[in-house]
Amino acid sequence: MSGETLLHIDGQLVRVKAGSSVAAALRVAGGVGVARTSVTGQPRAPFCGMGVCQECRVFIDGRRRLACQTVCAEGMRVETSE
Amino acid sequence: MDADVIVIGAGIVGAACAHALAQGGRRVLVLDARIGGATGAGMGHLVVMDDNPAELALSSHSTAQWRALAPRMGEDCAYSACGTLWIAANEEEMAEAERKQQRLHEHGIESRLLGAAALARAEPALRKGLAGALEVPGDGILYAPNAARWLLAQGGDSIRVEHAKVGAIEDDGTLRLADGSRRAAPQIVLANGIEATTLCPELPIRPKKGHLLITDRYPGTVNHQLVELGYVTSAHHSDGDSVAFNVQPRPTGQLLIGSSRQFDSTDPAVEAPMLARMLQRALDYLPGLADLNAVRSWTGLRAATPDGLPLLGQHPWREKLWLAVGHEGLGVTTAPGSAHLLAALMTGGVPEFDAAPYAPRGLLERSA
Repeated sequence: MSGETLLHIDGQLVRVKAGSSVAAALRVAGGVGVARTSVTGQPRAPFCGMGVCQECRVFIDGRRRLACQTVCAEGMRVETSE
Repeated sequence: MDADVIVIGAGIVGAACAHALAQGGRRVLVLDARIGGATGAGMGHLVVMDDNPAELALSSHSTAQWRALAPRMGEDCAYSACGTLWIAANEEEMAEAERKQQRLHEHGIESRLLGAAALARAEPALRKGLAGALEVPGDGILYAPNAARWLLAQGGDSIRVEHAKVGAIEDDGTLRLADGSRRAAPQIVLANGIEATTLCPELPIRPKKGHLLITDRYPGTVNHQLVELGYVTSAHHSDGDSVAFNVQPRPTGQLLIGSSRQFDSTDPAVEAPMLARMLQRALDYLPGLADLNAVRSWTGLRAATPDGLPLLGQHPWREKLWLAVGHEGLGVTTAPGSAHLLAALMTGGVPEFDAAPYAPRGLLERSA
């Protein structure tokens, strides 16, 4: 098994350690791992990292999921825009 | 500050009472235990209800006041003039929609009937085959915790909020706080919802537990607050558990889904079977909900009186004490009207509608 996983975040190829969460991949991709913005446009980032705060919602292969509760898979497509 | 009035409870009812009293020139001290209550747990709907003439008078006066306040309220109060659609599932309920329109019309409240096709155009997410709806455009929603803070802030120097728990109301009307200190004023208002029964066990108020669930953001899915017309019969049973279809589009695009009612449980836990019943009812009307993600569910306690009307007026035997409790699930709607009424009674004014139906009643006799 390869030690790395390659996935797409907003169209950009991102390489992470195998077993990383999508929340971690967002962080690797740059910035603070912002997944979404508030209704007033303020950036929101993962807070709890355990599926409670709901701040890391992203589209993963077309379905809305929690980035912190999803393990990166090869070729996965993550979209952070709402 | 030497207070003229102490209000116990900084929820929407207490805040509205403090606001109305301050407008009437009173210096108000608000004591709040920061326990949190129905204001923070509820849906924040502003809806005219017409189960009886007193409820209609109180809710219509109140929604008019909210509409007047709304332009000045901060954006974080999330006021939305979305109106209500009372959904008729069949011809029988459509006949009820027509009777409801007649009652509202007689009271000068605008509403209009939508046939099946007009309803489908107004809310395409509703299932096919519904008979129609009654639209009440003057209804709305807001975010009640911020609206309560906004009301208190409008009082300026006339309203002071102290975070303190009242342990007891003594016979002379003095308040004994949990830390042992005392607070006194010529008039006291009890406006702390279900917690009021701990200070006044004689109040005829029972907890009615409710579940709510909120979805992720799906803007444009629903445009109005949606309530089934069967709500009136299902929600107002005095015993047993019930659910009714009630969905609100929040300004964020989230959908707030209710409603359930359970008597005499004070366990705050979300109960999966009750939540499932409630969501199944919602799916009966909005099948597409099944594809949406929920982000949170929670519960709260309504303070219910036997006849469904709040207790507003002077306590019959406790010195200095006035009651503004028992608003059940309608406290956010009826807070301004309740406050107007109570403030008028407390300051020797004349309320704009008859106070008699809400006068404290059904209190258990004072124990010897």
